[in-house]
Amino acid sequence: MTTTAVAESPVNYLNVRHGVMSWLLTKDHKRIGLMYMVVVTLAFIVGAIFAGLIRIELATPEGDLVSSDTYNRLFTMHGIAMVFFVLIPAVPAILGNFVLPLMLGAKDVAFPKINLLSWYVFVVGTALTFGAMLTGGVDTGWTFYPPYSSSASDSNVFLTGIGVFVTGFSSILTGLNFMVTIHRMRAPGLTWFRLPLFVWAVYATSLVQILGTPVIAITVLMLALERVAGLGIFNPALGGDPVLFQHLFWFYSHPAVYIMILPPMGAISEVIACFSRKQIFGYSFVAFSSLAIAVFGFLVWAHHLFVAGISPYSALVFSILTYAVAVPSAVKTFNWTATMYRGAIWWKAPMIWVFGFLGLFLVGGLTGLFTAALGLDIHIHDTYFVVAHFHYIMVGGAIMGYFAGLHYWWPKMTGKMYSDAAAKVAAVLVFVGFNLTFFPQFILGYLGMPRRYHMYPPEFQVLNVMSTLGASVLGLGYLLVMIYLTYSIFWGEKAGANPWMATGLEWTTQSPPLPENFPETPIVTEGAYEYAKRETKVA
Amino acid sequence: MPNGLAAHADDHVHAHAHHPAQQHHFETLQQQAEASTLGMWLFLVTEVMFFGGLFTAYLIYRLWYPEAWAEGSRELDIRLGGFNTVVLIGSSLTMAMAVRAAQTGRRIATVVQLIATMALGLTFLVVKFFEYKSKYDLGHIPGPNFHFEGVHADQVQIFISLYFAMTGLHALHMIIGFVLMSVITWMAWKGRFSKEWYTPVEMSGLYWHFVDIVWIFLFPLLYLVDRANQLQ
Repeated sequence: MTTTAVAESPVNYLNVRHGVMSWLLTKDHKRIGLMYMVVVTLAFIVGAIFAGLIRIELATPEGDLVSSDTYNRLFTMHGIAMVFFVLIPAVPAILGNFVLPLMLGAKDVAFPKINLLSWYVFVVGTALTFGAMLTGGVDTGWTFYPPYSSSASDSNVFLTGIGVFVTGFSSILTGLNFMVTIHRMRAPGLTWFRLPLFVWAVYATSLVQILGTPVIAITVLMLALERVAGLGIFNPALGGDPVLFQHLFWFYSHPAVYIMILPPMGAISEVIACFSRKQIFGYSFVAFSSLAIAVFGFLVWAHHLFVAGISPYSALVFSILTYAVAVPSAVKTFNWTATMYRGAIWWKAPMIWVFGFLGLFLVGGLTGLFTAALGLDIHIHDTYFVVAHFHYIMVGGAIMGYFAGLHYWWPKMTGKMYSDAAAKVAAVLVFVGFNLTFFPQFILGYLGMPRRYHMYPPEFQVLNVMSTLGASVLGLGYLLVMIYLTYSIFWGEKAGANPWMATGLEWTTQSPPLPENFPETPIVTEGAYEYAKRETKVA
Repeated sequence: MPNGLAAHADDHVHAHAHHPAQQHHFETLQQQAEASTLGMWLFLVTEVMFFGGLFTAYLIYRLWYPEAWAEGSRELDIRLGGFNTVVLIGSSLTMAMAVRAAQTGRRIATVVQLIATMALGLTFLVVKFFEYKSKYDLGHIPGPNFHFEGVHADQVQIFISLYFAMTGLHALHMIIGFVLMSVITWMAWKGRFSKEWYTPVEMSGLYWHFVDIVWIFLFPLLYLVDRANQLQ
């Protein structure tokens, strides 16, 4: 085994330059990835505090902690913070930025200046939106449905909308940058079917970012103009159509779910192959299922509108297409399971997060089929069933996948190793806490508890207390992750170039990598997951 | 050898000096030009989707409110709109000639054609300003003070809202293009471009043609809804 073959250089991307300005003016994709991590983590903490307040309020049936108006603002701001500032940028902008050029054997992304610009645009958008939260917040729900948002709400809709609008351009530019990078910056010999599956996933995500995000941008802009200048495009009082807003909104916001879940799926593929010590099962199926999800994802948006008065015939078509989009996700899940089958499973922390992902994503995905069914959706629409379903996908899927990837690449990013035992405890805490939080919500929703109210009938209290208890465990789990990862930066053991004995170009350079990634441009001669060719013994 | 990787001494790259415009993370100037071109096309795809939201709204309301659309469209000045269409097509011609001049390494011709393009763009914007001003004078600005004599006043307001949103967004793109071209012209004047490297001129050209094409769609959709009846 030749993991120590890399000659260590004393200079790496972290210590090559010092001072605040060396970060704020950097064009290094690795540093930009870390800068995204800082902002996203802050947004995550803010969003988690909102979630905590929501769960504390719901511990009792009465509305005793906050007023209904405050509660409306809390769940709106929780949604906006988590969707636009955590889930969408987390894996592409943090992990993608860091590992994509490394995986391609490139010195950087295709447009390093635009990459830095994306970060600044993101920060400006974050500042505007969180500024709006500090100065009164917004109470429309993260979906901004008019005419309430355009003419009735007295909260900070305009500023929040502009913040989301601005942030969208960060996402567009990142997607564009990655797509060009994947097309034009691959090392010699790195053909499309030798690419790691994470790259395929990021490519599919970029496609969604490029095609979808401009639509939400123009939609939010129209809404903002409607609110400020009194246009009537979505206002029924002036002959406009609020359902048109819902169509345009979900044309982006449903595919946005795939912006959130596809990159974590890519990370999962990397981790599963490495910790099963096997070639991924059905490489091309996993690769093309990413593209299929991106394409089908654009054809299902109206399943959010089943009760909005759309034609039953179009509802039928959208229902069938929604079932269809489950197929490529199932292909992935089966292939991951088949990869583990007869693999030599290595029980390290990243793999524990993967197990958590698989279980939660499975539940989230299957309950998505419930909501795709036209008749059943009328019963569970706008209930806690839907809340539980999308949290299983977005937290159980996307965030668990993000953590799997983060734990996998952390030694590469920092050069340090975290405590494996602590990471396993955190993974279990998060898994248990998550299920305790959200599984009761499936039952609550099925029993008919509607979402977005700050009080509820007393018979729902037991399940709600369970949920609040689970949220506390979940919060502890996340806190633990932050503690041991921070600890590892200062006191962690040196990780070495390739602590997991993984394949992939990113592991052939030192940790932390050189400022320009590789001493020499690598030449690739084989596929991404040739674990069988390596004689490795793992503990 | 781990991962089947071989050390690669790319001596052919270091054998000759890099072009001054080549950025350090590209292997060759050609790779850089290809990346820019692909990036620009992808950017234009995002622009199509961006305008697409407005075109969708336009399509739906036009199908719902055909009379109001005809009524609103008749309020627009077809002579000014037509004049601007010719001006913009002319500017695309001069832009194409600027790119050609840059490709063939003719510095002065590049600068002159770029300035001509900017002048035509400015003409368009000035005419557009007077069109907006006449709408303002008539009280046709959407919002609480909107004033329109006719049976379908509310629906006409949606038409005029879309008119302002679409042409306003288009004008904003022209202003951005104008700024872009000022920089490119300055670079051309300083002799930064050559037969080997003229990517920025080419990219600005792509952008400008796109803005032009948007107008080619906007003009008939907004100005020519019901002109056939007028001619009879």
